[in-house]
Amino acid sequence: MGRILKSYNYEPGKIFRGYTGKSLYINVGDLRIEEKEVTQLMKDKFIGGKGFDLYYLWKAVKPETQWNDPENEIVMSCGPLGGITQYSGTGKTLVAAISPMTDIPVDSNAGGYFGPLLKFSGWDALELQGKAEQEIVVFIDGNKGLIQIETAEGLAEDSHILAEELTRKYAEDEKDMVNVSVVSAGSAARHILYGMLNFSFYDPRRKTVRFKQAARGGLGTILLDKKIKALVVRFKGINPNLNDVADIGLINKIGVKYHKEMRDLDEKQNGMRKIGTANTILVMNKYDLLPTRNFQTGGDPEAVKISPQVFIENFLTQGIHDGCWYGCTMSCAKTADHFKLLTGPYKGECVTVDGPEYECVAGLGSNLGVFDPQAILEENFYCDTYGIDLISFATCIAFIMECYQRGQISQEDMGGLDLRFGNHEAVLELMHQMSRGEGFGPMAGLGIRKLKKVFAEKFGADPQLLQDIGMESKGLEYSEYCHKESLAQQGGFALTNKGPQHDEAWLIFMDMVNNQIPSFEEKAEALHYYPMFRTWFGLMGLCKLPWNDIVPADNHLTDIPARVPEHVQNYVDIFNGVTGMQIDKAELIRQSERVYNFQRVFNLRMGSGLRQHDKPPYRSMGPVSREEYESRQDLYDKQLREKQGLDPEKMNLDEKIAVTRKYREQQFELLTDAVYKRRGWTKQGVPTLEHLAELGMDLPEVVEVVKQYL
Amino acid sequence: MKALHHKQEICDGCRECEKACSKAYFKREDRDYSAIRITNNFNTFHAVMCTQCGECINMCTANAIYRDKNDVVRIDKELCVGCLGCVGFCTELAMHYMDDLMVPFKCIACGICVKKCPEHALVILSSQA
Repeated sequence: MGRILKSYNYEPGKIFRGYTGKSLYINVGDLRIEEKEVTQLMKDKFIGGKGFDLYYLWKAVKPETQWNDPENEIVMSCGPLGGITQYSGTGKTLVAAISPMTDIPVDSNAGGYFGPLLKFSGWDALELQGKAEQEIVVFIDGNKGLIQIETAEGLAEDSHILAEELTRKYAEDEKDMVNVSVVSAGSAARHILYGMLNFSFYDPRRKTVRFKQAARGGLGTILLDKKIKALVVRFKGINPNLNDVADIGLINKIGVKYHKEMRDLDEKQNGMRKIGTANTILVMNKYDLLPTRNFQTGGDPEAVKISPQVFIENFLTQGIHDGCWYGCTMSCAKTADHFKLLTGPYKGECVTVDGPEYECVAGLGSNLGVFDPQAILEENFYCDTYGIDLISFATCIAFIMECYQRGQISQEDMGGLDLRFGNHEAVLELMHQMSRGEGFGPMAGLGIRKLKKVFAEKFGADPQLLQDIGMESKGLEYSEYCHKESLAQQGGFALTNKGPQHDEAWLIFMDMVNNQIPSFEEKAEALHYYPMFRTWFGLMGLCKLPWNDIVPADNHLTDIPARVPEHVQNYVDIFNGVTGMQIDKAELIRQSERVYNFQRVFNLRMGSGLRQHDKPPYRSMGPVSREEYESRQDLYDKQLREKQGLDPEKMNLDEKIAVTRKYREQQFELLTDAVYKRRGWTKQGVPTLEHLAELGMDLPEVVEVVKQYL
Repeated sequence: MKALHHKQEICDGCRECEKACSKAYFKREDRDYSAIRITNNFNTFHAVMCTQCGECINMCTANAIYRDKNDVVRIDKELCVGCLGCVGFCTELAMHYMDDLMVPFKCIACGICVKKCPEHALVILSSQA
């Protein structure tokens, strides 16, 4: 039982049109707890969610703040639309902090119940600053209006046990367990830089705690560095109008319309209710997009062994609701129940594994050369409970494996681990080493950017090769799409605020498969619109998947089907229905642009955010090695003929690789020029003062930073 | 399993059942608040009402729908969060909501409408679930 270090009573704020009007500040170092007013300026310019996160984070840190300085904050916010129950995907929590991976702000989002329960407990945002003297648990009871900081002795390290313990501890009885949500990391997050945050929710049908993750950028590492073992919120009394919305009839109507679409169309479209995001594995394989063996190729004949059908038939529980917040009929959070573990400290135990998501199967599967579904699920389980960002882990280990394959590092350098592609026993052992803080685990947990330096300096690896094959940009590992043939997506990953992830733009089909955006201007338009549109979900507390993982039956007849116009209108209507404001589709994009540009300037303030920081590694753009070129020789030769007017017959392989590279790198520079121009930035990637003024984001502190770069 | 059945060939579309239902549960005579809805298709009357199929039980996002001891499908108002997922998913269009209510409503085979039907076109039948 924890000792209470601090107790604080508050009057829960009344929610009006999506906002409580108050945010909560907790300094875990000196145990200060303060209530702050959410100002009109915050609502007008930052909206909520990651906008509020970045607003508070900016105020908390200095340009020289490091991720493990006490002043670094973890900020969480749910957004004004968060917590409504009538539409799918409305339970997201947005989290931001200065990242140990990138040294700039990272924002990451998670499902699970924490964000909405935090808001219904009275808080539009939560700031956590300082470092505790001893490990603590922060508990918020939204019904009682009570905040308690307690010592964390005796609690388990790993999330699947820890969250269950805390859910039982703070729930009043068995029925109350659905009203408790826990945020925690896991044992590995103590020893690696890409530790992630688990957000729990209790599944009353399976009688177990389940998780969604705010995984990217090392947020779990920061949580444990602050000696916060867990955050717990409890709120009982969910109903459809806790947000006190302006027009409940409108929200109900749109919600029911969408639920009907899910009922009628999901099976014909993506089957999200059956398999979730992993539905795309074979599609990606077919189009050379499934990252395989560190993105060297875009697929493998063995991919059929990890197809959606394999997981559906052998592992996943079907036919019951699987969403991560109330009202989500897309229900993509799949679960393998009674899954027996074959390795590690929980060997022999039967556990519940959430997933597999697409990123899990592609990252821990094909990208590591692993085509064994049992192994993938076991890796998935341990990543989650140990608090490891699955995407950074997968991409980082794929890099290590290729370094090993190419003789850049030896088995001895890896403490004896035989990290060959496909050796899932070694992958799992590495995870267990991360959990124990032993062997090669902590080094592998540094992430690719830092490992490039270590491998070159310590093991004599070739820095240029490491630079070319290390799939990171800004310090963050790429997510799991092989995108060499989509120039737009190269920009979609590299020309981002927080680093390469699929949160901002996913343009591969539009660009590469359907050829809908052939010119630089069209690609730039897409790299303006989609990142802005998708940023909006992060301001609101919404999930992106319901936007386009199912589309209305007549969507193909609309002017721009890729935008799914009817669903965009749904979002405009829901925003207006909740807040009582009257925005349109153009203002929706404007709302995002303000925060997007603010985040860009925030990067500048932290010493990044310029053109030189937006560069992808060459593996993202084209074939680095001879084998890669040869694997798609016909395609690359054809491009030499058609795009450059060269005769591949008269060139040797190395020459062909070199001229292909030169051409592709030039294309990326031209794309960058076009995108910066469209976004209202200088050629160096700095938002212009005119653009900031036009957006109404020429705040004095923003202008002051920008002026240094103009 | 208890369920309400409608004899289409007898029904004359008087809609007394709708009034009885809405009055019993919402104290008003308003078909929008009735769990049974009679539709008129060229003077053939069809009743829209729950068949107690239970498809909504597993899809409920709050685990709030269950079968009672008579195998009738019921909504637990304490657990229901008003997401209206069941309204959208019901293939019979027999799950209803109104904007001033916090939870949806449906036919629970109570038999009130059966007693009020002047033509005896409604009957509660029991069968194996």
